[in-house]
Amino acid sequence: MVFLTRRATFSASHFYWVEAWSREENERVFGRCANRNGHGHNYTLEVTVAGEPDPVTGYVIDLKWLKSAIECQVLAAFDHRHLNLDVAEFAAGKLVPTTENIAIAAWKRLEPAVNARGGAQLRRVRVFETPDIFAEYRGEE
Amino acid sequence: MSVPARIAYFGRRYLVSASHRLHAAELTADENRETYGVCNNPNGHGHNYFVEVLVGGEVDRQTGMVINLSALDEAVQARVLDRFDHANLNMDPLFRKKVPTTENLCRAIFGFLKDSLPAGKLEQVRVEETENNFFECSDESGNESANEYRLTRLR
Repeated sequence: MVFLTRRATFSASHFYWVEAWSREENERVFGRCANRNGHGHNYTLEVTVAGEPDPVTGYVIDLKWLKSAIECQVLAAFDHRHLNLDVAEFAAGKLVPTTENIAIAAWKRLEPAVNARGGAQLRRVRVFETPDIFAEYRGEE
Repeated sequence: MSVPARIAYFGRRYLVSASHRLHAAELTADENRETYGVCNNPNGHGHNYFVEVLVGGEVDRQTGMVINLSALDEAVQARVLDRFDHANLNMDPLFRKKVPTTENLCRAIFGFLKDSLPAGKLEQVRVEETENNFFECSDESGNESANEYRLTRLR
């Protein structure tokens, strides 16, 4: 089994807010991330797939395909967007666009395409919000 | 919200600048030099260590978080940074009888944080001594003595 990781970047804005909470409660829990005017990051997305190298090509997965899947399934929706306002998963009253939830959302967007293709399996999605803060999702455990 | 709880991992990197000298009391001066090379320099030397803390747990359905970043920062500040940052590791009581290798530092940090997190479970501690050396420590068995260590030399 070989693990292969492709990295991509996207730039997006967001804020953290739980609709059921008061402004005070949101600010207490989320601090500056609760600023309703939002703020932004240059995110780095790492997508790891696992599989056996093809006996002929030596590929675990065709990186061009993986790059294109990441662009179509994730970057097209997230890059240069406001996550709360532009991405369905993070609409008001739905999920808070934390780094954890962004990693899960990216996984859910990628998994059907990777599964439909056959061969290598999605193994890990990492989202770096800054070089020092990241979240990781490994599918349902 | 009808979203099932999901396990995810939250990672955070911290900078620790510290000095140390690798010298084992059980070894002769020659053996120490042979074993530790330049790391045995009598006056010590220092590193900018990066400590990467990985916390696993259920993503809270409401907040979307495994652990609140500021709460994690407080725990790491109190248990690790206040103790080791801008310090001479050899002076720490922990390293009076133990050589302050990065393996031992990594294990110590894992032990300090394991039961001190405000949420989630400590999945892994990784300590990068330089850009080319890092050490990882996890506790998959839940048994301190069975901690798993990996040393990776990139070059």
